[in-house]
Amino acid sequence: MLETIWFMLWGLIWAIYFMLDGFDFGLGTLMPFISESDNDRRVIYNSMGPVWDGNEVWLITAGGVTFAAFPTTYAVMFSTLYTPLLLILFALIIRGVSFEFRGKIDNPAWKKLWDTCLFLGSFLPALLFGVAFANIFQGIPFDKDGIFQGSLITLLNPYGIAGGVFFVVTFLTHGAIWLCIKSEGKLHARAARAAAGLWILWLITAVGFLAFSYVATPLYKNYFNNPVLFIVPLIAVVGLLATRFFIGSQAYWKAWFASSVTIVAAVLFGVIGLFPNLYPSSIDPALNLTAFNSSSSPLTLKIMLGVALVMVPIVIAYQSYAYHLFRGKVNAAMLASEESY
Amino acid sequence: MDAIFLSRLQFAVATLFHFIFVPLTLGLSILVAIMETQYVRTGNEEYKKMAKFWGHLFLINFAVGVVTGITLEFQFGTNWAGYSKYVGDVFGSLLAIEATVAFFLESTFIAIWFFGWDRLSAKAHAACIWLVAIASNLSAYWIIAANAWMQHPVGYEIRNGRAELTDFLAVVTQPYAITNYLHTVVAGFVVAGFFVMGISAYHLVRKNQIQFFTKSFKMAVTFALIFSVAVVGLGDLNGKEMARLQPEKTAAAEALWETTKGADFIMFAIPDEKNERNLVEFIRIPKFMSKLVMGDWDAEMRGLKSWPLEDRPPVAMVYWSFRIMVGIGFLLILLSAYGWLKRNNLQSSPSYLKVMTLAIPLPYIAGLLGWIVTEVGRQPWIVYHVLRTSEAHSPIVASQVGISLVAFIVLYSLLGFAAIFLMARHAKRGPVAH
Ligand code: HDD
Ligand code: HEM
Ligand code: HEM
Repeated sequence: MLETIWFMLWGLIWAIYFMLDGFDFGLGTLMPFISESDNDRRVIYNSMGPVWDGNEVWLITAGGVTFAAFPTTYAVMFSTLYTPLLLILFALIIRGVSFEFRGKIDNPAWKKLWDTCLFLGSFLPALLFGVAFANIFQGIPFDKDGIFQGSLITLLNPYGIAGGVFFVVTFLTHGAIWLCIKSEGKLHARAARAAAGLWILWLITAVGFLAFSYVATPLYKNYFNNPVLFIVPLIAVVGLLATRFFIGSQAYWKAWFASSVTIVAAVLFGVIGLFPNLYPSSIDPALNLTAFNSSSSPLTLKIMLGVALVMVPIVIAYQSYAYHLFRGKVNAAMLASEESY
Repeated sequence: MDAIFLSRLQFAVATLFHFIFVPLTLGLSILVAIMETQYVRTGNEEYKKMAKFWGHLFLINFAVGVVTGITLEFQFGTNWAGYSKYVGDVFGSLLAIEATVAFFLESTFIAIWFFGWDRLSAKAHAACIWLVAIASNLSAYWIIAANAWMQHPVGYEIRNGRAELTDFLAVVTQPYAITNYLHTVVAGFVVAGFFVMGISAYHLVRKNQIQFFTKSFKMAVTFALIFSVAVVGLGDLNGKEMARLQPEKTAAAEALWETTKGADFIMFAIPDEKNERNLVEFIRIPKFMSKLVMGDWDAEMRGLKSWPLEDRPPVAMVYWSFRIMVGIGFLLILLSAYGWLKRNNLQSSPSYLKVMTLAIPLPYIAGLLGWIVTEVGRQPWIVYHVLRTSEAHSPIVASQVGISLVAFIVLYSLLGFAAIFLMARHAKRGPVAH
């Protein structure tokens, strides 16, 4: 029971992470294509400025929770995914400092450097997280000693790439909607057009990825055994359609909430399909790391559950407060003040 | 070079680099919070200017601290899978708690602080930087408790082929965690004090913004003096815990080869590991080492030779790191005490001011060397007397680690240059231009 609760919490924390940092990734990836001036780019930086770091801590929590609740999975997952994980971490490093460093020197080449870092640091994690999760859904070729029988190329199989593309397009749409909320004038008009256009791409990749998953993975097994679970992908579909509806009626906050719900439901769809596996082996199902054979002792799980039940609601409360405090548009007055990127 | 050696090097590079930025975060957050509190209390705009100027330097430093921390969170899994499987039940929860209790708080409120000058009341705004300071210093406790558990494992039992938690409170409240924590965060306060003094001194020598930098210097010198005395006192406490719980580390730190009753204190020695002796020894104080670390002039101290070769830590590295840290500790007291006496007449000692700018790196060096004592002195164990470093590694190949190590070094060097360049630029400009 404790293991099952932790399995769901583990999935939920990843889902919240993708919902929050997802729009940062999307917007960083979109920036070179949607910005026309330094001013546009500053709007983009400052639209994420007050929240990106808090968003990223959900990733640190996801890592910490994997370590604490499922140490064997933590060990095998991160050592077998050594190269892609380090690529993600390096990308996150250059993304993180680009916020702080870019505006410190008023020189076009300096700014261009950090703009490139923001782009790479957003695009690569979006892509690689998608590739990694798709491969996990499929099973990873690791043997009984936890040795990875493959290379980065092994992970770039068609389904893995489909996962990467789906993540990138999802975050691009989510990020474009965020920019609609935050921007004014011409940039806003471009963001609105991008959001509507990207949504169509999102719909296509979502349908494609769901269908591909049916062929390439055992994800649907849990759903056919327990049809009530289909409610989760159903929520994702409703969220996806609602996103389009709200983009159409220019209710961008509502559109953002709808795409957030879609992302959370989509991640949970995958996680539930995976249950009880956390990290299946494609070499031998007997080696699958599950919520039950890779978990911590009941005492550790109980203590961690206590901490999570107390702290997570508090964290959500003050993070919501931060979002509320900075809910307005990034306007000229904000960019003119010295308290901006 | 084998994969384990490369992984150790990589871990050392990544953590030492992280710890270049950590101590300033720990101390400067508090100094900036004090400055802003003064502003709220007195309404004096000078204090607001101080909070903003030093706060900007804080933010550059903080950003690098944050991004370098993230890689560490995952390194236990990537490179130390054997370790993670074996001790994750005890160790992982401390890391997870650190994130949920402290990292969310600091990352959320630092952003509110930076962007919120015009959106919050003065009091609420000052409260934000206090929350950042408290959260940072709280985060340090969890990670140090985790590290202390590797130094002195408690509250666990070996079951199902791994260490399982039996007593959480024992893990979180063990004395080793408390003494190491206090010594480390107070070291961070000293770093911040010398940082502010050094930059202020730079401007005072050039007669820039005299009022502003005199005020900053005076605040920092008091802070630095109090805490450099404290860091030495706490270091002494640390040394006593170490002698009690990790006698081989103490023997290495003191280059003591033979088990002796009433061991002499030797100011300087050159250890010769191959021949298990010291080449030369200078200045001997009879029985003083026993008194210093065991509290009794005649207490017996174990020498390195009483452990088999494969259980001994490297001696020279631990010895020299320890000596230099301690030496710097006393030097810092002298430097800050002199400054404190002169605090109302700083302009009259330009050479002292010049020295203080050059002294900025000293407490940093002491802190990094302190970690080398702690971590290298724990070898060959990754978890003291429970798990050897050689059994802790991931099943990954040397070439993989070699490539990532090179990538770490290149990326971190560039990052370090950029951060230092930006901080120096901002520091030199002073408070008028932002
Ligand atoms: C003595 C204190 C101390 C020590 C020994 C460490 N750290 Fe650290 N860490 C901090 C004190 C700190 C901090 C003061 O809380 C930081 C530094 C700058 C900052 O922004 O927060 C931080 C940041 C930081 C972050 C980013 C947090 C964020 O996004 O806000 C992570 C993930 C870690 N650390 C993880 C680690 C790990 C896994 C360590 C062990 C190997 C470690 N730190 C050693
Ligand atoms: C920021 C402060 C720290 C610094 C500067 C530091 C420094 C080092 C160094 C120099 C090594 C290499 C030692 C050697 O291989 O001979 C090392 C190893 C290691 N340290 Fe630390 N350390 C720090 C904090 C921590 C903390 C807080 C933990 C755990 C919570 C930790 C866990 C480890 C592990 C797992 C290794 C690798 C295995 C080993 O070689 O011992 N370190 N560290
Ligand atoms: C006379 C002065 C000092 C003494 C006697 C002293 C003593 C010690 C000892 C014994 C350790 C090893 C603890 C262990 O492994 O169990 C240590 C570690 C350390 N020292 Fe010092 N120290 C002194 C000065 C300083 C100064 C000036 C700084 C920095 C400003 C500093 C920073 C550190 C740090 C960061 C560590 C590693 C963390 C820890 O284990 O506490 N120390 N010190």
